[in-house]
Amino acid sequence: MIGLIFITIGVLFNLLGCIGIIRLPDTYNRLQAATKAVTLGCCSILLGVVFHFGFSDASTKALVAIPILFFASTVGAHALIRGTYHFGIKLGKKSVKDDYKEAVK
Amino acid sequence: MSNYLNILLYVQIGLSVVCMYRIIRGPTIPDRMVGADIFGILVVGICAIISIQTDRSFILDIGIAWIILSFIGTLTLAKYLTGKKLNE
Repeated sequence: MIGLIFITIGVLFNLLGCIGIIRLPDTYNRLQAATKAVTLGCCSILLGVVFHFGFSDASTKALVAIPILFFASTVGAHALIRGTYHFGIKLGKKSVKDDYKEAVK
Repeated sequence: MSNYLNILLYVQIGLSVVCMYRIIRGPTIPDRMVGADIFGILVVGICAIISIQTDRSFILDIGIAWIILSFIGTLTLAKYLTGKKLNE
């Protein structure tokens, strides 16, 4: 039962992240909204799998998958956004501050 | 309970279709890469829910392998975007 609750919370976070990937106006905004929400949602789904299976091989695999997913997605998103900035994509019209421009000189 | 998990599985598959929309429609190249990155994370959730429904544990192995391959692919695409070679 508690596993189902965790899976429901995870699917809701994924839903919010995918609304962000559709609605937000800029590449940077889309990536930050989607990566944070979707990573937390999928970690929550895997935690629900751990609680559902109890003490078995499947729960061990899910416990191993959680830190791999966390570190891989965050490091990949950081590299991707750095590459996007160097590729020359401008910030959106409503963005007000760009600290990385001074750091990259 | 299985019926409820079915609903959650269909919602998750629909969200990955939403990422497909961003891959097809995205105005610039990095937008498509963002869609592909998020799609790779969402597939892991689909694998986890399917592993509960079928009561088999090897589907989680597919999820772990998918995470690592998606990570390597994202790093390669990001390196391509910076315009340098892969060994720099």
